[in-house]
Amino acid sequence: MKLKWEKDGMKSPLGRARGLGAAGHGAEHWIAQRLTAVALIPLAIWFVFSIVHLKGADYVYFTMWLSEPFNAILMILLSLAVVFHAVLGAQVITEDYIHHEGFKWVKLTGQKLFFAALAVACIFSILKVAL
Amino acid sequence: MPETTHAKDRPLSPHLQIYRLPLTARMSILHRITGAGLILGLMLFTWWLVAAASGPDAYEDVQNFMGSSFGTLVLFGFSAALYYHLLNGIRHLFWDMGYLFKIESAYKAGYAVLAGAIILTAATWICAMNYAGKHVYSAEENALELLVEDGGVVIIDDNAGAQGQKE
Repeated sequence: MKLKWEKDGMKSPLGRARGLGAAGHGAEHWIAQRLTAVALIPLAIWFVFSIVHLKGADYVYFTMWLSEPFNAILMILLSLAVVFHAVLGAQVITEDYIHHEGFKWVKLTGQKLFFAALAVACIFSILKVAL
Repeated sequence: MPETTHAKDRPLSPHLQIYRLPLTARMSILHRITGAGLILGLMLFTWWLVAAASGPDAYEDVQNFMGSSFGTLVLFGFSAALYYHLLNGIRHLFWDMGYLFKIESAYKAGYAVLAGAIILTAATWICAMNYAGKHVYSAEENALELLVEDGGVVIIDDNAGAQGQKE
């Protein structure tokens, strides 16, 4: 198999090497993973306290709790941060263990769409209850 | 041009099946396993919110599941995985900042993460078990709360039959 850069004899070595990385944009991924991780430290602690607080809460209590702006805003932030963090983490796992290019593409695309659906489901539900 | 090394028949180092993984390596793979497990927790979280948005019946299904022994086991695993991933994630952030790279400190932080995850999981469940969680909605209490919040404005809740009084 002839690699793409072998045709470009006129290119400089740097020009040939560019874009040949595993994903083409590793730094953004790495930074976003850390950013969401930092965001999730306080959000996760708040979430655990909330879950314990909501033990045995019936429908009316829970919907009233979620209607409080503070709780609704933190739940939306938590949903966004956790889904984004999960997208990035799941992507790395797939890239590490799936070696068939076609299947890897299908799986990466599928899981991203799945997480997008989870994020929309969470945020829509929070807003529907809260508003 | 030097000969490429992989063409030669060189001896292989022991592979994963025979190599005894050090604590740091085990904790690394556990970080990934708990991360993948937490995706299941995220799905449970989504189900919970969608159910609340769908109505009392759907919400009750979630509550029944969480209250069952299997559901409690799932929640316990969820909390343990969350604490481990959270604490080990903080350990990773320290590495990202350039700390804890000495083997000794990497191990110490590793043991601290394991101990912390166990202690926090136990503490959370002890709190949850001892906590009555008296959050069943009461129309009367709600009417009284509204009365207090509105600073003495008369509110009459027909369901509760509560009567407000002006101060």
